[in-house]
Formats: sequence, structure tokens, C-alpha cells
Amino acid sequence: MALPKYTEPHYRIWHYVYLTICSAVFFFLIAPLFVIFPLSFNAEEFLVFSDGMKRLDPDAFSLRWYQDMIYGTKNPWGLAAKNSFIIAIFATIGSVLLGTVAALGLSSRHMPYKGLIMAVLISPMIVPLIISGVAIFFFMAKVGLAATHTGIVLAHIILGTPFVVITVTATLSGFDHSVTRAAASLGSNPVNTFMKITLPLILPGVISGGLFAFVTSFDEVVVVLFLAGLENTTIPVQMWTGLREQLSPTILAVATCLIILSTLILVTAELLRRRSERLRGINR
Amino acid sequence: MSSENKQILTTDGIPLEVSLKKAEKKNKIKAFLLVAPLLLFIIITYVFPIGDMLMRSVDDKMVTEMLPKTYKSMEKWDGKELPPEEVFKAFYTDFQKLIEEEKEGKLSTQLNYTKNGFKSIIKKLRRKSKSFEEGNYKEQIMAVHRRWADVEYWRAIKRRAPAYTYQKYLKGMDMYENEKGKIVNVPEDRRVHRILWLRTLEIAFFVTVFCFLMAYPIAHLLATLPMKYSNLLMICVLLPFWTSLLVRTASWMILLQQQGIVNDFFVMIGLVSDDNRLEMMFNKTGSYVAMTQILLPFMVLPLYSVMKTISPSLMRAGKSLGGTPFVAFWKVYFPLTIPGIGAGCLLVFILAIGYYITPALVGGASGTLISNQIAFHMKSTLDWSFASAMGLMLLSGVLVIYWLYNKLVGIDNIKLG
Repeated sequence: MALPKYTEPHYRIWHYVYLTICSAVFFFLIAPLFVIFPLSFNAEEFLVFSDGMKRLDPDAFSLRWYQDMIYGTKNPWGLAAKNSFIIAIFATIGSVLLGTVAALGLSSRHMPYKGLIMAVLISPMIVPLIISGVAIFFFMAKVGLAATHTGIVLAHIILGTPFVVITVTATLSGFDHSVTRAAASLGSNPVNTFMKITLPLILPGVISGGLFAFVTSFDEVVVVLFLAGLENTTIPVQMWTGLREQLSPTILAVATCLIILSTLILVTAELLRRRSERLRGINR
Repeated sequence: MSSENKQILTTDGIPLEVSLKKAEKKNKIKAFLLVAPLLLFIIITYVFPIGDMLMRSVDDKMVTEMLPKTYKSMEKWDGKELPPEEVFKAFYTDFQKLIEEEKEGKLSTQLNYTKNGFKSIIKKLRRKSKSFEEGNYKEQIMAVHRRWADVEYWRAIKRRAPAYTYQKYLKGMDMYENEKGKIVNVPEDRRVHRILWLRTLEIAFFVTVFCFLMAYPIAHLLATLPMKYSNLLMICVLLPFWTSLLVRTASWMILLQQQGIVNDFFVMIGLVSDDNRLEMMFNKTGSYVAMTQILLPFMVLPLYSVMKTISPSLMRAGKSLGGTPFVAFWKVYFPLTIPGIGAGCLLVFILAIGYYITPALVGGASGTLISNQIAFHMKSTLDWSFASAMGLMLLSGVLVIYWLYNKLVGIDNIKLG
């Protein structure tokens, strides 16, 4: 953003003030995440930078908290990670299936009561999690699914489907319906048309909706806190307990792993978004 | 008739209009069948349970069912003086049955919600009632404790007679129905919920304002920079967006603690002295700072998607027509971004008003919100009907905003990433 030569001085000053403000905000957004990295390699037990770390003394750094995370005897992280992945994977599959099918119906121009139905389907995303948690807990307790993996998976499907519905309907909004008509006129049945024509075209939207559903489930703690028993503990629940009780650097080791995971997800999501835009012919 | 003559027929001889309608209906059913599985799933597992919360919040059958005879005999009692012997007798009979079923503890908890002091006198009654003689129960019960001879306590029992109640909602607003059936405020020193509601609104409002003030410039920068730079900067917005909420809260706990980096920095530049470090965690400051940073991406993204569509030539036109850059910005650019501002602000406000995790971890006692109170009643006091009532009060507020959002932005215009 180079300024033209004729810019008057006070606008020039204003421009630099503006850029400074922007940099400060970007710093505020991203910097907190980077505090976690170095501290997770701390050789000491405290969550502050030791003098050794400030001097970059190699002895002040260690991998002991990562070792503790993986091999620690009293550590629930292994179980939590297993549970988190199982629950998130099943919740993602459920959300993607239900959400994609519903999105197909919703983007049909024949759909009756579209606005109302959309509002109901999106509501789990808007209603505060604590209320969803209470309501879902009452339901699961009634049908005997509290403190089971199934109950948590179902709860996460509820919370995850709005994201899939939104992303897939967005992809379908730029969808050229004449291609499916062409397929039909060439003798393809609806299922075949969907698998061979529609799905490949909307796949980026489906996958990015799936990513949202995965992250929602993987990161969700409020509802799980109501539903989970000891065996259903997940990574966020463990972090929650850890942060409330004793803030040990092991949590930071876990957090570092989670940041790496979210970076991977971000990259995937971005690539998909660009691919989807290219496919839909949107040039930004 | 002439119109019949003009009617167009399909090859099967059916009028085109009928045939079209039939096809239309078929399409409608097809579309609906696709949506049906998810819709049913959400209605059964989500919408009905919220309705169940509503039932729970007004349900007061428990006491009514525990003391059926008492309430029957109380029908004629006007509540002015101590009830007659028959009420005492009925109460004694009900109470004996409750002791047999070991439910008298539940009764005492329930009645204690209505009036403090029931717990101990019910315990005492249970002990003494074993040696009760037949007849004249009024004297015998009144002899157990002087509160049993206090008409206030009997009125409190009578107030629990209806099967449905809105008491929990009154309690959520720090009000109650007094002995005369009037709705009054609880004494000032015992008002907790109103403070929490106000604090929730206050924090949600200011977090929205801070988010707006910070998001506007960077969304503008992202929208006006060339693609290759803006994509890079977009990562700064998206990475926190995709990172676990607990990780971000943890990083704020590290930053804001007394020996933390922010305090170190303040000491270094001489803003505060080393032995006088600021307390930024476990109070409102903690909630404000952490929530603003966590919710900022939700403001940036809608603003960005609106600003991206504004052509830069509009600003140039404004300037070429004699406006200073500030005038051009204020009169041309800013009004065009209002839809994005509305979307972002409503989204952040809705999310902030129901926040639970972050305030619970960094908010301390003075930074907790209404959600924390709901969780507290769900987990600690186990007063689920009160938790439901508070939840629904919060929900009704959110639904009003949701409706507004739908009116202003349109629910299908939500964009993610």
C-alpha cells in the first residue's frame, strides 16, 4: 500500500497511524498463541520464562513435558486423545451425511418453508452452548445415553450439522443445475447423477463443512462436561480440569500439539476454499 | 367456455396446469424428504429437550404429590391464622408416608427453597414424630419446634400447592412472591442474579464494541491489500479461529498471571513497580481481554466479506468529487459496510452473552457470567428447574437477537471462513 507522491503530510501521518493500529491488532490476535511454544519446552515446573530460557541456555529447555504427556503414568491424555478422535470422527461422519443431504433439499427451489426450517437447523450454532448442554443432557439422561460415547457423538452431530448445512448450501448456491439435468437427459438415475456429477462438484464444500464439524466436536467442552463420565473424558475436558486445578506445563505440551493440528486444518480448509472458488468460477 | 377451449393439454391429454402442479408437488416432497432426516433428528434430540427445559422450569408437582392430603385439607384454610387440626392431621399422615418412602429429605429441600428454616424443623419432626400419640396432632407438632407454630411456615407450605409455578423465573430476577402473594424484590444484600444479568450484558456489550473497534481497521486492510499480502495476513485471523478455545484461554492465563509476560513488560517499561504487579486475571479485566481476542475473528470475517465487495473506485469517485479522504470514507465507504457491521456485532454479542469456559477460567468471581451461574446450579446445587428457568431466560434474549439477525442479515447469509 504505497502512498502516491502527492499525498499531503497529515494524511501520510494518518496512514502510518492506521498501519500501526492494524499491526497492533494482528499482534494481539496471533501473539498469544506463540507464548505456548517456548514454555512447553521449559525444563522447570513453572509457567514463566526462567532466567535460563531468557539467556537461551540449552539446559533450560527440555522435552520432559512431552514425555510426561505420552508416557506419564497418571496421565489421562492417551485415553482422552483416543476418545476425542473416536468421538470427533463419528460425529463428523454423522454431521456430514445428515447435513449434506439436508443441504441438497434446502437448496432446491421447490423447498417449502425454507426460512423456518433453515432457522431450526442452524439454531444449535446460535443457542448458547450452556443451554444446549443442559437440554441435551436432559434428553440423553432420559434415553439412557448419558456418560456413553454414543450420547456424546449424537450431541456433537447436533452441534456440527449447522456448519455442514451452511458450507454445503453456500457451495450449492453457485451450482449450475443444468449439469444434473444434462446427466438425467443422458439416462443417468438420480443416485448415479449425485455420485458422479454433483458430489465431485460440491466436495470442497462438503469437506470444509466436515472440517468445521470435526473441529467443533474436537474442541467442544461444555456439552461433554455435562454428558461425560470418567471413561468418556476428552482432550478439552482434561485441559479444562487441568487449567482449573493445577496448571502444569504438560498442558502446554498438549496445547502445542493442538496448535499444530489446527494449523494443518487451517491449511486444508484454505486450500479447499480456493479450489471451491475456482470450481465455481468466482475470482476474487 | 372460452377459457376451457384455450387450455393447453399435455400429450397424455391432461391439462398442462394440472400436470405442472403435480410435478411441482412431487419436487416439493422430494426436497422435503431430503431435509426430513436432519430436521427430525434436530427436533427430537434438540428442540423437544429445550421444550422439556420449559416444562421443568415451571414444574412444581413434586411437593404437590408429596403432600396430597395436606393440600386437600388446606383448600378451606384462609391462611390468616394457624390452620385447623384437620390440616395438621393430614400433614402428619402425609409425613408418615414420606418417612416410610424415605422422601422426607426431598420435602425439606423443596420447602427450604420456599422458606429458609424448613430443613432443621423437618429433621426434628421426623425424630419426634415416632413417639407421637394419636389425636391432637396440632399441639404435638407445634410442640416440636416453635416454627411449626408460626403461621408463616404453614403459608409457605400452602404456596407450594399449585402444580405449576413461575417462582423460578422470579428468583432468576431476584424477586419472590411474598406472604400476601405480591411480587417483591429480595433484600438488596441478597440480590445476586440481577448483578449477573447486568454484568453479562455489560461484558457482552463492551466485548462487541472492542471487537468492532479492532476488527474494522484490519478487515479494511485485508480487503484493500493485494491478494498475496492479504492471504498471508488472513492466517493471523484464521489460525486463532481454528485453534482450540481452551488453548487460547490457557495462553491468556499464562500471559495475564502476576509473574506473566504482560506484567513483566509493564515492569520493564516502568508502568508498574515490581512489587506492585497488576492483577489482570480472575477479574473482569481477564474476561474482557481474553473474550475480545477469542471473538475477534467472528467480527473480522463478516466485515471482510462485505468490504471485499466494495469497489475501490467508489472512494476515488468520492474524493474526485471534492471530498477529503475522511469525508469520502464517512459518507461513502462506511455506510456500505453497515451490513457487515450488523452481522459481526450481532454474532459477537450472541456468542459473548452465552460464554462459559473463558469467564470460568480467567474471570474469577467478578468476571463470571450468567452461564456460569447456570452451570453452577446444574452441577452443584442440583436445582435443575432453576437452571432451566435461567437458561430459558437467556435463550429468549438470544432468540430476539437471532430474529433480528435473520431480519437484518438473513440466516442463509452466514459465511464461514
